[in-house]
Amino acid sequence: MKSFKGFVIKEFYHIFRDKRTLLILFAMPVLQMLLFGYVITNEVKDAQIAIFDKSKDVITRKITGKIASSGYFQISTYIENEDEIEKVFKEGYIKEVVVFENNFAQKLGKDGTAAINIITDASDANTANLLANYTTAIINDFMVKENASAVLPMKINSETRMLYNPELKGVFMFVPGTMAMILILVCALLTSVTIVKEKELGTMEVLLVSPLKPYQIIIGKVAPYVALSLVNATSILLLSNYVFGLPIQGSVLLLFSECLLFIMLSLSLGIFISTSTDSQQVAMLISMVALMLPTIILSGFIFPIENMPWWLQIICHVNPSTYFIVIVKNIMLKGTGFISVWKETLILFGYTILFILLSIKKFKIRLQ
Amino acid sequence: MRTIFFILRKEFLQLRRNKSMLPIIFVVPLVQLLILVNAATMEMKDITVSICDNDMSSTSRKLTGKFEGSPFFKITNFTHSVEESKLDIEKENANMAIVIPRHFERDLVRENKADLQILFNAINGTVAGIGSAYAGQILMRFNNEMITQWIGASNSPAKMNVIAAISSFWYNPDMNYKVFMVPAILVILVTIIGMMLAAMNIVREKEMGTIEQINVTPIKKIHFIIGKLLPFWLIALFMLAFGLTVGKLIFKIPIVGNLGWLFLVAGVYLLVMQGIGLMLSNAAKTQQQAMFIAFFFMIIFIMMSGIFTPVESMPTWAQTIDQLNPVAHFMKLIRMILLKGSAFVDFYPLFLKLCAFAVVVLTIAVSQYKKRV
Repeated sequence: MKSFKGFVIKEFYHIFRDKRTLLILFAMPVLQMLLFGYVITNEVKDAQIAIFDKSKDVITRKITGKIASSGYFQISTYIENEDEIEKVFKEGYIKEVVVFENNFAQKLGKDGTAAINIITDASDANTANLLANYTTAIINDFMVKENASAVLPMKINSETRMLYNPELKGVFMFVPGTMAMILILVCALLTSVTIVKEKELGTMEVLLVSPLKPYQIIIGKVAPYVALSLVNATSILLLSNYVFGLPIQGSVLLLFSECLLFIMLSLSLGIFISTSTDSQQVAMLISMVALMLPTIILSGFIFPIENMPWWLQIICHVNPSTYFIVIVKNIMLKGTGFISVWKETLILFGYTILFILLSIKKFKIRLQ
Repeated sequence: MRTIFFILRKEFLQLRRNKSMLPIIFVVPLVQLLILVNAATMEMKDITVSICDNDMSSTSRKLTGKFEGSPFFKITNFTHSVEESKLDIEKENANMAIVIPRHFERDLVRENKADLQILFNAINGTVAGIGSAYAGQILMRFNNEMITQWIGASNSPAKMNVIAAISSFWYNPDMNYKVFMVPAILVILVTIIGMMLAAMNIVREKEMGTIEQINVTPIKKIHFIIGKLLPFWLIALFMLAFGLTVGKLIFKIPIVGNLGWLFLVAGVYLLVMQGIGLMLSNAAKTQQQAMFIAFFFMIIFIMMSGIFTPVESMPTWAQTIDQLNPVAHFMKLIRMILLKGSAFVDFYPLFLKLCAFAVVVLTIAVSQYKKRV
């Protein structure tokens, strides 16, 4: 036990004496959280669009005004003929052109129907879809209001309530995922080099002839990082609460314990990578290349899981980040208790144990 | 020239003999390309609805039918209490709930007005906002139909004007998002190879001490740098070509533009990223430090490049910073050339910017590099 204590102290010294890494370690998550909290969102805001108004009457101007004042769009140019549409798209700054047909108001008055064509640059399909949806929503809204001005004999009043996020803030959707991404990448990256570094620098021999058991070496390697990562988790939670205004509806203690669990999972995943590779370069590349994209794409962070093909949904459900994001959303935004997240918690716990056991098994006590 | 050749040979030999490195460079990116491309759609398919019908009248059923028939909504559950419907929302079984109160039909006919409640899970604000616009439209139409039915079309005071909004999607009419994701993921993979590997390679020699051996040879600084960067430059371009072939064959992405331009742009872009990698390796002492700094910049570059979430959604100050983000420029260029067939006249401002980046970054990086320990 005494030698184990000594080993842990040695590990602490190792980390604290490398000031540069330490600085990166603490500053990086905070900066990323701040930046990504603002940047990662799919809200449409001031998107540059062009208007092609063939009719130029009262109603088309009214609709144009509605689009311009919605806050979603900024009309950067008015175009006068069909060929210009192609031209503005190819220059790449304008993403959408709204085309009003000839004699718009006249047709609407006489036939009761008129058409608006929304042309989007779908080389970025997701943005195009979003823009088209927003524009359609504005037009629908305009139509509903115009028609509602008449006094109706039988009126259905609908009351709409936005649960969990009454102001429809984009950050509510993306901050939990950002937390998961930063925690798992930083933690896994940290521990993924620890053991392989000793191998590469030749100091592994010293550890192997010491009386330490493999499990002691592994736990001793993880322990200091748990402490460090908790500092990171705290700062990330504080930022999301105070800067981005995410409420913590549920229990703070529960939220914090779940973060701790997720940190342990990520650290043991890193250790597992470390015991399975033989150079720092390979270890770090695996934790970057193999972890980064799946964490961003296959976790429900940005892209909804239910839209994916079934086989990808299965992969998503193997990805531990998926569960952490669900847990964070449940506790922070919906305010549900442990009962609603016990399954997810159990899965995270299982993964942690699995990674630790695998690392101990993979840990070689002989030199090659 | 001969020196460069020898260094290159050494680098390629080293790469080839590293058995665990090769699969990471070639196989992992390919697997990711094949898998991840299928995932990345934000397209809203069906907004799921939980219906709580406490009225059970013909009117309420008709209204439910309207939602059932709409292509935007999918009814996942019928409940008998608001609580149950709320639970559906909480458990993510439904995006929204429509609560039809008791005596809905009676109130509508007798009192001339009736109330209705719509609840949304607004954590995903986009789905909630757009869903409520669609729901409003359905309700309006339903309301008008009811009026015509009860009062008769002839003396109905409500004449409805319909504006039809038709969306057309250019350059990608089938809304095949894979067309967008293939270039996006290729950009990420090429970036990782270009920036990360070059940076780590030099720091590795520092950490292992082998850089001293090179420092005492007559190899010139510039030869050494070229010898270190060129292999990864070639590998990255090869990966790009390979990835495009896979994209063309498997995901049927259109290649509208000129491939020559594309590779020229990619070549310049890689120089920028390698220059940044070289700068990092000058600053870092250990591979861990190099990796951390590289990771820090790379993830910022990537998240702000418009690959996953649109650049237009970012706040203005972030868009200004983004002017310095080479990944964002390259992402835009590759999309313009590949999918829209933009010609040199269309994209030259962006391209010139990349060239300027390359010159600045490489000059700084090379002048910072010291042949000393």
